[in-house]
Amino acid sequence: MSECLKFHFDVDGENFVSAGQASVQVKKNLRQLGLPPEIIRQLSIAMYEGEINMVIHAGGGEADVTVYEDRIEIVLTDHGPGIADISLAMQEGYSTATESVRALGFGAGMGLPNMKRYTDEMAIDSVVGKGTVITMCVYLNKQ
Amino acid sequence: MTVGELSKKCGFVTVCMPEPDREVSGCYIGDLLSWVMGRAQSGNAWITIMSNVNIAAVASLTDVAVIILAEGVILDESVVAVASQKGINIVSSDVPAFETAMKLGGCV
Repeated sequence: MSECLKFHFDVDGENFVSAGQASVQVKKNLRQLGLPPEIIRQLSIAMYEGEINMVIHAGGGEADVTVYEDRIEIVLTDHGPGIADISLAMQEGYSTATESVRALGFGAGMGLPNMKRYTDEMAIDSVVGKGTVITMCVYLNKQ
Repeated sequence: MTVGELSKKCGFVTVCMPEPDREVSGCYIGDLLSWVMGRAQSGNAWITIMSNVNIAAVASLTDVAVIILAEGVILDESVVAVASQKGINIVSSDVPAFETAMKLGGCV
């Protein structure tokens, strides 16, 4: 099988209510493919964290999910302010979210760490003032 | 124990229960959604006082068996509708998180 499945989602930057729609849809799609439930759980949580980050910090963005034979890749692209200090942003508990975002239960500084926790590979490519691209990968045949 | 049995035994009030036969194992308590997503396990009962619509997405993605709203927190009807549509079980407890968790002792 050399062909791969691709899903594309636009993430609305204004809307906390609809945030998560792409992740829930990906979860459904992956379930239909018969993938192991724990892999689906981890992948969809990682993607949701990414979605929420794009809503909180970047005014929205795009999510592309590609299902390969041996792995699933998620690419999150935004044109927000970028991340000035990636190692600081990766620290658990560090957050630049506003009080109003925190009141919703987000902004605990666990988003990026959770994305790393639940994926096998994660790369952050960010330019201040231009935006951020995060690529996450989960392998399907882990020994 | 199933969500339906647990709710009845502990005297919780049903908010919505589209999947009463779901098995419950273990419990996670927390209101910060990313902590919940990082720590809660599939099949857990999740005790929280958070009431916005995002709890439905978090419950769906983490695959918890039931959300237990502590302190008698009341959900907006729109949140209940979203949760029902996503197949999320929600019950309500009129006591704080600690006492709610104590009721679960021996059940999950």
